Amino acid sequence: MTGQDNNAERRENAAPAIELRGISKAFGPVQANKDISISVQPGTIHGIIGENGAGKSTLMSILYGFYKADAGQIFIHGEETLIPDSQAAIRAGIGMVFQHFKLVENFSVLENVVLGVEEGEMIRPSLAKARKHLKELADEYELHVDPDAKIEDLGVGMQQRTEILKALYRQADILILDEPTGVLTPAEADHLFRILNGLKEQGKTIILITHKLREIMEITDTVSVMRRGEMTATVKTAETSPEQLAELMVGRKVLLEVDKKPAEPKEPVLEVENLRMVDEFGVERVKGISFNVHAGEILGIAGVSGNGQAELLKILGGIANGTGQIKVNGQELDLTGKHSDGRSRRERGISHVPEDRQHLGLIMDFAAWENLAFGYHHEPEFQKNKLFMNIPGMIKDAEDKMESFDVRPPNAHLEAKSFSGGNQQKIVLAREITRNPDLLLVGQPTRGVDIGAIEFIHKQIIALRDEGKAILLVSVELDEILSLSDRIAVMFDGHIMGERMPEETNETELGLLMAGVTDTDEGEAA
Amino acid sequence: MEKMPRWADVLLIPLINLTIAFSISALVILAIGENPVVVVKMMVSGALGSSYGWGYTLYYATNFLFTGLAVAVAFQASLFNIGGEGQAAMGGLGVALVCLFIPFPHWAVALVFAMAGGALFGAIWALIPAYLQAKRGSHIVITTIMFNFIAASLLNYLLVNVLRPTGSMDPSSARFPETTHLPTFHDMLTPFGINFSKAAPVNISLLIGLVMAVAVYFLLWRTRLGYEIRSFGKNQSASVYAGISITKITIVAMMISGGIAGMMAINNTMGESERLIMNSVEGAGFIGIAVALMGRNHPFGVLLAALLFGFLYQGGGEVSLWTKIPRELIIVVQALVIMFTGALDNMVRMPVERAFIRAAKRRKAS
Repeated sequence: MTGQDNNAERRENAAPAIELRGISKAFGPVQANKDISISVQPGTIHGIIGENGAGKSTLMSILYGFYKADAGQIFIHGEETLIPDSQAAIRAGIGMVFQHFKLVENFSVLENVVLGVEEGEMIRPSLAKARKHLKELADEYELHVDPDAKIEDLGVGMQQRTEILKALYRQADILILDEPTGVLTPAEADHLFRILNGLKEQGKTIILITHKLREIMEITDTVSVMRRGEMTATVKTAETSPEQLAELMVGRKVLLEVDKKPAEPKEPVLEVENLRMVDEFGVERVKGISFNVHAGEILGIAGVSGNGQAELLKILGGIANGTGQIKVNGQELDLTGKHSDGRSRRERGISHVPEDRQHLGLIMDFAAWENLAFGYHHEPEFQKNKLFMNIPGMIKDAEDKMESFDVRPPNAHLEAKSFSGGNQQKIVLAREITRNPDLLLVGQPTRGVDIGAIEFIHKQIIALRDEGKAILLVSVELDEILSLSDRIAVMFDGHIMGERMPEETNETELGLLMAGVTDTDEGEAA
Repeated sequence: MEKMPRWADVLLIPLINLTIAFSISALVILAIGENPVVVVKMMVSGALGSSYGWGYTLYYATNFLFTGLAVAVAFQASLFNIGGEGQAAMGGLGVALVCLFIPFPHWAVALVFAMAGGALFGAIWALIPAYLQAKRGSHIVITTIMFNFIAASLLNYLLVNVLRPTGSMDPSSARFPETTHLPTFHDMLTPFGINFSKAAPVNISLLIGLVMAVAVYFLLWRTRLGYEIRSFGKNQSASVYAGISITKITIVAMMISGGIAGMMAINNTMGESERLIMNSVEGAGFIGIAVALMGRNHPFGVLLAALLFGFLYQGGGEVSLWTKIPRELIIVVQALVIMFTGALDNMVRMPVERAFIRAAKRRKAS
């Protein structure tokens, strides 16, 4: 038991960088954090993993002074510290990199870094000082960013580095990162991890919040698992496995691999020919793409978000107009006119699980039963007569669908916003899949969805494929693309860079395509 | 998962809000140098102390009910229709034209046609801003408020130059014929042996207003159109995803809203003044916004809020008659009511909610 001895020794030598004791926090009736205690050793990378809604972000918001805990104590380097606001957190040496960056878009990197910690009345001396300091930081940690570049001109990876620089400039020695890889390409994520390792070597303490098991295994020293507001375990990463962590997160055994038979593609259902789309700002987002999806096949579209996949789904779903030609079951779709809307698409047998369920797929203030008819509310079974809708029938229909898709809690009268991300997604899937569509469009089916529900959602999609339906899957999660798709197309900058079969490719190759590295075999694809 | 009981949500919290609003109003009255207790007594007896007072309170409430429902329907589609004033004024024109130029055998027939005329004119007046919003992106708040001024000027012109009977010095239309006069509460209640004030203007339009409230409820929560209006109001991009036409909902919701506002004219123009006069709407279109806000855009809430504002309006009139407190104080009270029931609602709601949850937990523990 030398490991334990070492631990004991270390605890004597250095107080934990952060120690939380008995933190509790409730939002109205929801207990977001229940009696959470955690101790983070200095100079380590500590992962916090848990499903959506497990309370990770709440806990970190308490630590950063956004929320006040109902009970509990915070110790920083052994000293009890009150953190009533983020200024106090910064003074205590805590820096936070949020999932959604908090940067001023039309300011330069330098200005963003200095914002809020300017010294004196004039800005120039602070900027000059910051420029020098920034250069030191950049050299020290491999954090190179052009200090004069405007944020809006930078990619997300660079913006994230700016956020890290901001924290370091404020002399943070404890850095919290909330889902930092959500928007990064695999290569950018690797670079981020190199930076984090560099920071660790310099003695910084890092807390990494994520729901991706792979990241936890790859970079952390210790990992704490949260489930339903409670801390269920803290283990050394080297002594655990992804399977064990998944089980701790969900509370039961989870199948991480997707179990599916080989596809049996039949006739093409969706035929896209030279599709183009120009957005409202006059920027061409889809630049002449062509592909087919066959019955009984899942075509996965991989790519970093913002490379035209969202627009592609919108055109197919009738939300946006485009030019070119799209055929479904051999018949052409209206791409600009009167029938270029969601209702006409549904009448043509296209169902659409949109990328952003909270803004497109659901009306958060509507009850589940209202949401379960959404888009299909013209269907005869939902009408009582010419004037009124058949509300008892809609509720009954919703209850049936919620039962067969295991939506929890199975209460059709609850508003969509009261369900967890996974259950919201199940509501959307239930609505779209039970329509028995010829073509299912699925965008980011498992974004913000807990592991337990991911398994279920993947099974439903594969079951629909096995019924001989065509499925177009758009996802930024390469794991998901690789495990679900029968064929993979990669989009970059509005183009399809190439097509691959999942068994003949790997993350590295797809990652290159996603980064726009030209694919010489493009002519052979399709 | 405890939740606050529904009665607390619907009744207790508005009551606390109103209490705070009235307490601050009392302080304002004190500051003016009057005794708030006396003022409240005067308001209550003036508005509710006699069938005459009731008659005026309910008459005002009827106006506010129509305009409140109008604003609420548009609000449900997240369209801020502040043109109720102009739409109601144009509704008055519609009602006046129907009453003046169609010979009616009986008031009941006249009422049906007048409702249609008022609704049509109000709806058309709302259609133009709606079209501009849907097709041209002109913001509906701007256009509807502009249309209030256009309506006022148009009516001014028509009353002075077209509708004024020759020889009259008064910029108003001729009196409507006898057969279009609506029964007042006095006329309606006398057969039952109830002696309701003859001078009070409240009339059968109140019942029409109640029917409209029920109709709006059914429209919003029972019909497909209502479903589309509400989904559009809550989330436009999701509505587009579902294949709901933005243009259609904007135009239809605004026309319904304008139609209901225009229908108000059966109360003030046909029921009370029995001719079209200048500035017949008297700000009811704007009060409708407050009524809809306070009533949370729900027909039942709008009804309660309309009654409250009817009371404030009539009671406030009495107060300004007998004290040196100006009638404008009522606007201050209204503003406080709106502020506490609308904007500052969460200030009361959150602690009450927490108290209920704590109490529920304690019950469970013991």
